[in-house]
Amino acid sequence: MSRHAPHSRASAPTSSSDKDGRAIIRIEGIEKTYVLGADNIVRALRGVNLDINRGSYVAIMGPSGSGKSTMLNILGCLDRPTAGNYWLGGENVATMPDDELSAARGKKIGFIFQSYNLIAQLTVIENIQVPLFYQGADLASSYDRCVELAKLVGLGNRLDHRPSQLSGGQQQRVAIARSLVNDPIMILADEPTGNLDSTTGTEVLGMIDDLNAHGKTIVLVTHDEKVAARAHRVIHMKDGQIDREVINRAPPEPSPSR
Amino acid sequence: MVSFKLVSAVRLGIKSLRLHKLRSGLTMLGIIFGVCSVIAMLAIGEGASYEAQEAIKKLGSNNIIIRSVKPPEETRQSGNMGRTFLLDYGLTYADGARLASTIPGVGRVLPMRIIRESIRYDQNEVACQVIGTLPFYKEIVGVDVLRGRFLTDADELHHNNVCVLTAGLASRLFPYQDPLKMSLRVASTYYHIVGLIQERNTVEQRAQPGKLNGEPLDNNVYIPLSTARSRFGEVLIRRAAGSFQMEKIELHQMTVQMKDTSAVETADPQIRTLLKHFHTKNDYELIVPLELLRQARQTQRIFNIVLGSIAAISLLVGGIGIMNIMLATVTERTREIGVRRALGAKKRDITTQFLVETVVLSIGGGLAGVVIGVITPFLVTHFSGMKTIVTVPSVVLAFGISGAIGIIFGLYPANAAAQLDPIEALRHE
Repeated sequence: MSRHAPHSRASAPTSSSDKDGRAIIRIEGIEKTYVLGADNIVRALRGVNLDINRGSYVAIMGPSGSGKSTMLNILGCLDRPTAGNYWLGGENVATMPDDELSAARGKKIGFIFQSYNLIAQLTVIENIQVPLFYQGADLASSYDRCVELAKLVGLGNRLDHRPSQLSGGQQQRVAIARSLVNDPIMILADEPTGNLDSTTGTEVLGMIDDLNAHGKTIVLVTHDEKVAARAHRVIHMKDGQIDREVINRAPPEPSPSR
Repeated sequence: MVSFKLVSAVRLGIKSLRLHKLRSGLTMLGIIFGVCSVIAMLAIGEGASYEAQEAIKKLGSNNIIIRSVKPPEETRQSGNMGRTFLLDYGLTYADGARLASTIPGVGRVLPMRIIRESIRYDQNEVACQVIGTLPFYKEIVGVDVLRGRFLTDADELHHNNVCVLTAGLASRLFPYQDPLKMSLRVASTYYHIVGLIQERNTVEQRAQPGKLNGEPLDNNVYIPLSTARSRFGEVLIRRAAGSFQMEKIELHQMTVQMKDTSAVETADPQIRTLLKHFHTKNDYELIVPLELLRQARQTQRIFNIVLGSIAAISLLVGGIGIMNIMLATVTERTREIGVRRALGAKKRDITTQFLVETVVLSIGGGLAGVVIGVITPFLVTHFSGMKTIVTVPSVVLAFGISGAIGIIFGLYPANAAAQLDPIEALRHE
């Protein structure tokens, strides 16, 4: 993995999409405002524009209060913006009603959380199946695929284990497999190595690199410079807006396959 | 497939409940107790009522029984020492004739004279009832002739000195001999024993008003009515300490058999009017088994309602317990709910998940309650001899209510779970 010297670009974020719509994630004028009281208004996001191409690896960084968590929630379709548009894979999800949003979220986004968030009473293989279940898929016919994913992350021999029987690194690997099961447009990772030691953390980041090498679009939120350095683009947020963007290396050519 | 999703949901619910086995078990207790008590209590009530009703039915729902009753005002002795005091009361043959001829719907009228005597044979002395009656007694009352025969019209015609015993009495008086070869001495007359019978009902035929259990009835001697009249007369002398009283009474009881049940209702007031017209004293009473039957059924209905209410309240309490636990469970699993929402669960997926879990809990308790509720009446019958009847409707009702309770009391927690904000939920804990 070669690295060019990082150089900043001033002010507004660039749009690296072409107009033929190969930016599979497009955010336009996104605002998020919380009204906490009569005179207490919090503007978490104040107009953000961002385009992400298929196959990119983007990291989002920023101090607390910068709006990075809000950005994550909006990107992950867990929250709706107060204003603006968000096209995810061609669909504008900014104004979708809750049921549709949930379906889109389950189908198009794969989550990786800092604290793994596996479901305790389910086994490894059952945890991987959960997103499929909510898409109404036939679990019987997709079982083999789930097994393949488990093997992919190196847990093929622990299909019947419960999360309590796995180490942190192993749990996160299950979470990675789970995030892939619906073949999502984007993998959204929130501090994936935050609870792991450096060795395990490196392993997990290596896996994420592999996913990206195979064409998966990755958006990763972190406060760790070293983690962010693995991405193509690092977006720095401050005070509810994108402050600057750092290109680590050239993004891959937009390819038709994921 | 919808059903596959349901099966998965049920399996998930069971898995989640097994996470906290003790908690789930304790929560189920409320439902188990409620369901079990509905079934068991109704079974006990049904059994008791059944026995009561059967007893009444044996009196004959087509029958109206009229008993002679000693009028209360004249039981007092008027300090006439040495003077005989004749008490004339009760039903008469004339009454019987009038009833038979004037009341519509009357089938037959069975007259009876009943005299209590102590009968002795050898060393065996038994207190019995000597019943003078007509041959069709055996049809009206329901009698199985075990040996020999019952009374006949010929006996009646010729005032024969014959008698028929109940099987129990015969075995008490003649433990070693064959009763049919013996004669029995009653008062100062000997009667040939011509038959042994068993009354089909085991309850005292000569019932007290409103009460059904009289003295145990297996000590009867049946003689022809005409013989009873001529041998015993109509005047009975009672001697008690310091007093001397004579009673003149023609018939102790009449059983009026109506042609069908519907005639009973109309005949009741008519008979009362007729008798009132010819009797100056209050020296008789009517027992209408049909009326008693109705009352018994009414009592049972009230009983069922009361018992049912108690059981319903306990089910309600069980349901509140379930709701309480599910609310706690939802709070505990807030994180899980957030994760599932992030993975694509819609609000109704979450509602379904927790509702299914609650229903599994309540139906699990319902099943256990049904099993225990069906076994308990059998144990009760085995150990106490009381009759119990487990009715299918009570089982279905109790089980159905347990399911309904799961749905009703699970709805609020399930909905609360679904309304959680995914972002907040993910931050929880």
